[in-house]
Amino acid sequence: MTNWKVILNIAKTHLLTKIKQTSTAALGVTFGIGSYITLVCFMTGLNAMLDDLILNQTPHIHVYNEIEPSKQQPVSLFDDVNSSFNVVHSIKPKLSQKKIHNAVPIIDFLEGNKNVRGALPQVKTQIFYVAGSIEIGGNLTGINSVEETKLFNMSDYIVEGSAEALEQTDNGILLGIGIAKKMSLKVGDRVQVSPINGGIFPLKIVGFYQSGIADLDAIQSFTSIKTIQRILGKANNYITDINIKLFDIEQAPSLAKMIEQQFKLKAIDIKTANAQFETGTSIRNLITYAVSITLLIVAGFGIYNILNMLIYEKMNDIAILKATGFSGKDVQLIFMSQAMIIGFVGGILGLLIGFGLASLIDTIPFQTEALPTVETYPINMNPLFFIIGFSFAMLSTFLAGYLPSKKARKIDPVKIIRGQ
Amino acid sequence: MSVVLQAKHINKYFRKPVLFHVLKDINFQIEKGEFVSIMGKSGCGKSTLLYILSTMDTDYEGELFLSDQLVTGQSRAHLSYLRNKHIGFVFQFHYLLSEFSVLENVMLPAKKLAEKSHQEIEHDAMQKLKILNIDHLAKKRASQVSGGEKQRVAIARALINNPSIIMGDEPTGNLDSHNAENVFNIFKQLSEEQNLSLLIVTHDEDFANKTDRIIQMGDGKIII
Ligand SMILES: Nc1ncnc2c1ncn2[C@@H]1O[C@H](COP(=O)(O)OP(=O)(O)OP(=O)(O)O)[C@@H](O)[C@H]1O
Ligand SMILES: [Mg+2]
Repeated sequence: MTNWKVILNIAKTHLLTKIKQTSTAALGVTFGIGSYITLVCFMTGLNAMLDDLILNQTPHIHVYNEIEPSKQQPVSLFDDVNSSFNVVHSIKPKLSQKKIHNAVPIIDFLEGNKNVRGALPQVKTQIFYVAGSIEIGGNLTGINSVEETKLFNMSDYIVEGSAEALEQTDNGILLGIGIAKKMSLKVGDRVQVSPINGGIFPLKIVGFYQSGIADLDAIQSFTSIKTIQRILGKANNYITDINIKLFDIEQAPSLAKMIEQQFKLKAIDIKTANAQFETGTSIRNLITYAVSITLLIVAGFGIYNILNMLIYEKMNDIAILKATGFSGKDVQLIFMSQAMIIGFVGGILGLLIGFGLASLIDTIPFQTEALPTVETYPINMNPLFFIIGFSFAMLSTFLAGYLPSKKARKIDPVKIIRGQ
Repeated sequence: MSVVLQAKHINKYFRKPVLFHVLKDINFQIEKGEFVSIMGKSGCGKSTLLYILSTMDTDYEGELFLSDQLVTGQSRAHLSYLRNKHIGFVFQFHYLLSEFSVLENVMLPAKKLAEKSHQEIEHDAMQKLKILNIDHLAKKRASQVSGGEKQRVAIARALINNPSIIMGDEPTGNLDSHNAENVFNIFKQLSEEQNLSLLIVTHDEDFANKTDRIIQMGDGKIII
């Protein structure tokens, strides 16, 4: 039977009479937890921002028709030379169409899959931007801009104008910001584009596109699927790419494989395409935790030291308590609760300070060409971090308090009383 | 007459620095309401015996009974409970928790025992302080009262759980004759009025002569 009221009362009195040492120990924890929260919120915010930069606008699975050499050369179909040794020189890729055959039924089929959040058709082509006698090469992609906004955050990368405007304007174009600069164009101006197989089409600029990747912004523009089909002179089932977004990104590799087998198309999943990306994320996390744990270990040693000192100073008290009927366990609990109180107070303060600092960082302006949507330093304020931080504080103070308090438990009162 | 404390064939050795037989076959008993003093030359083992009797020292041979219950070999937790409920201990040096008030010091063992409500404990503690004529010091910090006052606070603390026996290791050793006399009178009164047993180690001949019985020790043995 443990009499917590008495134990906590004694612990409280000890802490209050040694308020200086106690606050130093608690501040150590505060510092550790505060920096952990700040660091982890900032680092994961940064991670999320960098991930978003790639992942948000990247489909989980990209389906298209790859131009590649036929796996079976005609000679192998010919039975007469079957038994001989055939050498084929200068293999050329097969002339296949870029168009995905039966794209519309495939999209319908994919959207029926329960893992798929959405499958969007695109039409990609190379064009020239024409301004007077200047021709600049580039890519024009036909998209369903409203749906793209929903699934791939398209609107984050539209710096002027809007996704809806593209949908509503016939012959509209979302011009890459790099091209716009080169050609000194404004929203509302017209730009002429010319597909490779000839013809010139004037398109009205409804907005600018800025991905943050300069090379891309210097060539890439978007228009509606209808417009690009008209420019290319193709039917309205002409689709070159399908971008799929899943509910769970982990499903991407298996679904990609399934699509490749079932439709004889190329399907690239995001995990394969961006493997190096996860490495960066995990290293940043590693740094965050390494720094925080170091800080907490330092704080833990502070608590350990102070408790050790306190127990040394309180030898007499311990002897009296034991002589008057407190058990070793009671004495251990008295000192453990002191450690835990220090951890609790220090931890809560640390969470508050971490929250304050993170909120402060969240207001510091951070503007960069590369990231049009970001205005302040990114902060990811996840409640989980606060729970982890608090558990961290309690755990480290528990460990720091355990050894000294165990020593107090073992103190022999007779020795102390004799020593007087 | 019921026996409160009984020691049977108690032997104790110190093994460091050399093997030393401190207590040699100690046998005696104390009855309810008896006021017994222990005398003997310095170094003959009086304190050592008292630590064993108070259950704080468990490293001995022989058997110890508290109110006919065998104490020897009990778990530490149970010994703590026995000390808390049945034994009041007064040290030669006034051992108080210096950061707590006089009243809190007296209340602490009762709070640990947790048999009474806070109000009852506080009331009891005030009453014990009154018996010892130091109730006016209740709210003072333990570190701020005089030596003789501290000694009386320690006695009040020893009394708080109404123990079966009070043990004291030269409780008057640090007091002037007036205060020593005072403490003796308190002990005497407790033994007569409340039928409390007392076992007090003392060097004070006058003090010992006024008690019911004197146990003379010499060289680790009981002489008389
Ligand atoms: N921890 C120890 N290790 C070894 N010997 C010890 C230890 N404690 C005490 N002694 C020895 O045991 C003997 C008895 O000590 P004890 O304290 O019981 O004497 P005492 O009768 O109380 O003396 P005093 O009247 O001076 O208080 C002494 O000779 C002392 O030197
Ligand atoms: Mg002694």
